[in-house]
Amino acid sequence: MTATAHPHTPPAERTSGRGRAPGGRPRVVQRIRRVGLPYLLLLPALIFELLVHLIPMLVGIVISLKQLTQFYIRDWQQAPWAGFGNYRVAVNFNAAIGAALLHSFLITCAFAAAAVGLSWLLGTAAAILAQDRFRGRGLLRAVFLTPYALPVYASVITWAFMFQYDNGLVNHVLHNQLGITSRPTFWLLGNNSFIALVIVSVWRNWPFAFLIVMAGLQMIPRELYEASAIDGAGIWQQIRLITMPSLRAINQVLALVLFLWTFNDFTTPYVLFGNVAPQAADVISIHIYQASFLTWNFGEGSAMSVLLLAFLLLVTAAYLLVTSRRRSYA
Amino acid sequence: MVRLTRTPIAAGIAAALLAALTACGGGTSTSSGGSSHAKTLTYWASNQGSSIQDDYHKLGPQLQKFQQQTGIKVKLEVVGWPDLLNRILAATTSGRGPDLVNIGNTWSASLQSTGAFVPFTATTFNRIGGENRFLRSAIGSTGAAGKPPTAVPLYSLAYGLYYNKKLFAKAGIAGPPTTWAELIADGKKLTHGGKYGLAIEGASIPENVHHAFVFAKQHGADFFDASGNPTFTTPGAVQGVTQFVNLMATDKIVAPADAEYDQNQSVSDFATGKAAMLMWQAAGSTLKAHGMTPSQYGVAPVPVQSGTPGPGDIDSMVAGINIAIFKNTGNLSGALKFVKFMTSDAEQKTLNGEYGGIPPVKSALSDPAFSTPELTVLRSVLANSAAALPQVPKESQFEQLVGTAMKNLFADAAAGRPVTAQTVKQQLASAQQQMG
Repeated sequence: MTATAHPHTPPAERTSGRGRAPGGRPRVVQRIRRVGLPYLLLLPALIFELLVHLIPMLVGIVISLKQLTQFYIRDWQQAPWAGFGNYRVAVNFNAAIGAALLHSFLITCAFAAAAVGLSWLLGTAAAILAQDRFRGRGLLRAVFLTPYALPVYASVITWAFMFQYDNGLVNHVLHNQLGITSRPTFWLLGNNSFIALVIVSVWRNWPFAFLIVMAGLQMIPRELYEASAIDGAGIWQQIRLITMPSLRAINQVLALVLFLWTFNDFTTPYVLFGNVAPQAADVISIHIYQASFLTWNFGEGSAMSVLLLAFLLLVTAAYLLVTSRRRSYA
Repeated sequence: MVRLTRTPIAAGIAAALLAALTACGGGTSTSSGGSSHAKTLTYWASNQGSSIQDDYHKLGPQLQKFQQQTGIKVKLEVVGWPDLLNRILAATTSGRGPDLVNIGNTWSASLQSTGAFVPFTATTFNRIGGENRFLRSAIGSTGAAGKPPTAVPLYSLAYGLYYNKKLFAKAGIAGPPTTWAELIADGKKLTHGGKYGLAIEGASIPENVHHAFVFAKQHGADFFDASGNPTFTTPGAVQGVTQFVNLMATDKIVAPADAEYDQNQSVSDFATGKAAMLMWQAAGSTLKAHGMTPSQYGVAPVPVQSGTPGPGDIDSMVAGINIAIFKNTGNLSGALKFVKFMTSDAEQKTLNGEYGGIPPVKSALSDPAFSTPELTVLRSVLANSAAALPQVPKESQFEQLVGTAMKNLFADAAAGRPVTAQTVKQQLASAQQQMG
């Protein structure tokens, strides 16, 4: 956080010149001229931010207040207002739609927790192990990054093939060759689909954790390790007392970014399961997609999306608040 | 210092963004968007052949012919089934779609309710040769009753039971089963050594729904009442769905792996002898593509409860493809000319011949090409013992929700969890509640 805080000039100006500036022109005009250019240059970015992010979000919020079903999609402005009706349906956990949304939300939380945790664990472990110099380290690091570099669709569809019941590689190895399972397992149906989803997600995301932690490790002075080694610290103590505290700031950002990515991930489950995910892996992005596109109720889908947005905003804000406060005490 | 280096970068970015902006504003999508001049049409065809590429090969020469006759160039895009409905919805919402589109005939009433298509009133119909050219049963799947049809029938299809003659002979079975009890008994004889009696498409939403509809009908149930409200949990509907899923769950004549199928794997399983029976719509041309010749399989009506299919004990839905015109078209007369061309006797014979469908146009039906053993059976099914899926606005939601419920039930069956009337009812009740 400290790195982003640039020294601001305006406070200094405020104290220096009162009334008219030396040029004789009103102070305000000159100030605008002086301060205006950066803002002018920011203007295109601002317009695009509005165009690409904010306006669609606002339109989404408006749609969520409408009864936008198949009868009105041709001219959605004609759709009658629904007030908070769509929201009421979405959060009525006693009825089918609300109950399914809650189920999907909980599944997504479990999925995000498992995927982020495992990605972080794998990434950190690999980064620490690859920290010391050894022959082939560069190659190994490059190989570790491959999943991250592959196009999502290509890699996930490959996983989908591997997870197939009949001809999939996973069942072939586990069942036919190693004989670990007594009969082939369904990976893309039923409860195992959750495991399959976590595996693919971790496989895709852990290289990112690896990359970030690896960068973080470069910043820890080697003297710390040398000094602690002289004092008799073992490898675990070094990790616990030197590496982890030094990585704290990086880990906080890493965990947040990974969480947001996995929570919102649409491509991985969509490619893995198709339009309709099995109940055990019915993550929220797919669920909302089905609620709006497949049942043609875009108002309902938008309401769910807005709820998701509110939840993620809340989590992010709380997380940043808690972590930054803890840091300022430290 | 910092400012000096930043300014050019920001200016560069601003320039790039402006360039992008003007590019967005100036360009128009060329692939979609109804044609506004009289010499072109955009047509989204559904995937009818063994692959999308195959469709381009089959339709291409016909579109050439149309261009020679009328001077109108047709830009063809073949859209796969999993994407078609979404693409149509997107085109409806944005108002920028093709001029013409193929739709599954079961979606007619749902799409009709969006008001995105040109209704075929009597006058419009007369411009393409009149409503009387078409079979009554096919016209029954073109929109809600009492409203002008939203689309025109292009290909008609029906379900038949395809059976592998060699495997039947080997198992000592004389002929195709006519009741479900017989089918299960035969299926058990045919299920051994990694081969199964019957192949089904357990994860396919449309296939599941078509079977659910027929099985429920056989138990005297409908998924909608007369006023178009969902009635998914009637005893008949539950019994029907349970009976169908139990072909895998308790009768065990369907491979558990079929619960994962949604890309026509069941057809290839049948063609390669991994399964001895298949319930499919006009599978002939696809089986040929998989290397199975018509002499290797027989076609019979799908079994019913009583043994004799008829209007009271149906064995198929009225399946088919309709062609519709988007209201946004800038070339309505050209689009109507194209519909007239596609429903002309000559084109009906050619296209239905290529795709193994049955012409919904009476005058084309008499052609001997449609009297093969396979098509004779399917024609008689269509004429005597097929019913149209409910033509109500919420039909497409019904397909999605009930199809999904059945996919879940098949997943349970495949994993060895029990599928009972109670679990079926639970799934159907949840689907019904989500209809909203």
